[in-house]
Amino acid sequence: MNLHEYQARTLLKAAGIPMFEGDVAATPTEAEAIARRIGGTVVIKAQVHAGGRGKAGGVKLARNPAEAADYASQILGMTIKGLTVHRVLIVPAADIATESYVGLIMDRETQRPVFMVSAAGGVDIEEVAAKTPEKITRLPVDPVYGLFPHQALTLAFGLYREFAHVRAAARIMEQLYDVFTANGASLAEINPLVTTPDGRVLALDAKIVVDDNELDRRPDLALLRDETAEEPSEVAARRANLSFIKLDGNVGCVVNGAGLAMATMDLVKFYGGAPANFLDIGGSSNPEKVISALKIITSDPNVKAILFNIFGGITRTDDVANGIVAATRQFKVSVPIVIRLTGTNEAEAIRILEGVGMRALSDMDQAVEQVVKLAREAA
Amino acid sequence: MSIFIDRGTRLVVQGITGREGSFHTRQMLEYGTAVVAGVTPGKGGQRFDDKVPIFNTVAQAVADTGANASVIYVPPAMAAGAVLEAADAGLALVVCITEGVPVLDMARTLPFVRSRGARLIGPNCPGLITPGESKVGIIPGNICAPGRVGLVSRSGTLTYEVVNHLTRNGIGQSTCVGIGGDPIIGTDFIDCLRAFQADAGTDAIVMLGEIGGTDEQRAASFVREHVTKPVIGFIAGQTAPKGRRMGHAGAIISGSSGTAEEKLAAFTAARIAVMRRPIDVVELLRVAVSN
Repeated sequence: MNLHEYQARTLLKAAGIPMFEGDVAATPTEAEAIARRIGGTVVIKAQVHAGGRGKAGGVKLARNPAEAADYASQILGMTIKGLTVHRVLIVPAADIATESYVGLIMDRETQRPVFMVSAAGGVDIEEVAAKTPEKITRLPVDPVYGLFPHQALTLAFGLYREFAHVRAAARIMEQLYDVFTANGASLAEINPLVTTPDGRVLALDAKIVVDDNELDRRPDLALLRDETAEEPSEVAARRANLSFIKLDGNVGCVVNGAGLAMATMDLVKFYGGAPANFLDIGGSSNPEKVISALKIITSDPNVKAILFNIFGGITRTDDVANGIVAATRQFKVSVPIVIRLTGTNEAEAIRILEGVGMRALSDMDQAVEQVVKLAREAA
Repeated sequence: MSIFIDRGTRLVVQGITGREGSFHTRQMLEYGTAVVAGVTPGKGGQRFDDKVPIFNTVAQAVADTGANASVIYVPPAMAAGAVLEAADAGLALVVCITEGVPVLDMARTLPFVRSRGARLIGPNCPGLITPGESKVGIIPGNICAPGRVGLVSRSGTLTYEVVNHLTRNGIGQSTCVGIGGDPIIGTDFIDCLRAFQADAGTDAIVMLGEIGGTDEQRAASFVREHVTKPVIGFIAGQTAPKGRRMGHAGAIISGSSGTAEEKLAAFTAARIAVMRRPIDVVELLRVAVSN
């Protein structure tokens, strides 16, 4: 789960990481009041889960509270990479001497949290990574022991010459590691970490991604989810315990298992079609899930045909068949449905479907070819 | 011959009285797996289905039954603790089926598991099966058949799809291993490739990967240097969208983007025959084995 910058700031601040003051606003009036309280020139920043905010016009410099209100009204409601901006963060326009990058990520390869720091921080850090990777220092941390003080110092010495800066940065590394582990993050990032002309070291911008698997035991973090920042169909799917991602094609897909769901999308493409979504109904298959899945898929006007691809293991194919029958009784599905199912209780599933005049295929390739053809004819 | 499990596997089921645990224990018993014990704290002394003795701790189960492997079906919040207990009891193989285990829990658990010399498979995996001998986990036994092709996969149902094609075309399997889809797992592709390469009962290897991470690329390098048996590969998610760039550089800097193109290029460079569809496994194996 991605946190907004203003939410990440709250977690960093709670851990004691020094930051410029700032506050979040949902209306131009609130933005004006915050700008007045901060005083001087401020930066208005769109709070949206997308990169390149500045280049998209979502970050503006305001010289006074009236200008802050103006820019806030421009940014609030604007769309950046398909996402609507509902909040802006207002922070002082700081006087900055240097910009560094400090990131901490859960690394699959070393199976540890890995620090990545670079003195070449700021908006171009991705380019630095691509062109001059030697400018980025990596340090895996043993999660059993945590970050040792000398490791924090070593990282900080890589950023600064002045020892006062080094000491301050080392403290921030330790605090960032605490934020990472205390909140079950998969990524925590300060970009940039800045020094000011008067010698302070502060975090200017923060990003945190929380491991979704933490949310069950951390209701406080789960509350930070901003559903207005997500595709509505994806929100509905999560509430129904379905894993769903909306795509641009016209073949709706309902599959059990993420790997098979991806392979099904690939096969739709292979036979000349385009998948409308990724949807994994998961292992246990109560008919309610199937009904929710069909509701979500049929609400997409692009969908011209729907494919069920179910390989029964834990999933009982008769449960899925019952779900399909129940769904088509509850609401009208106006596009053709192609059903492929095989595995656990397959004979019973076929009997259920045939009882209402539907038929099922047992071969995946055959089913995909058929649904692609139907979608093309309807388009 | 096989890898990791065989007729000698004596299994203890952690979470045997839970909904998932009880269902799959019956399936494993039906398949012929030697399920010698179950563990549910507080239910020690009872028997599961009047057959399998239940213990309060894994150590007790091992002491009384000589169990040498464990399978875990406990809820996510307790999964890391269950893995630690199994490793602490001296079991050589621990298979964690549980989905949704916090990644940080696994990062802290694995060093202990390795310090005890145990192998963890999973979490968030379907387990493994040596057809005709032993099944540990949830892979449906009826779609598998004994034979000489080893299979390793990050997925569950995609594994079933491919195994089903093999079996229906008369190609049996030595062992099928689902290593799990989580970012941090106990056993990776390379561990399985090394074991299959060393296994006299395996003639060819099928490797089913996915987008994300660098596991498949590293596995491809390993194949190039250490595997002489033919390898067939698949990457699921070739049409998945690149994903909204989330504005944090970490995933990019750490090189964990793991696109299908990168992985397929690595496979090709390692002379791994690439399946474009699950069904292609049959033809590619025939070609590979006849060469």
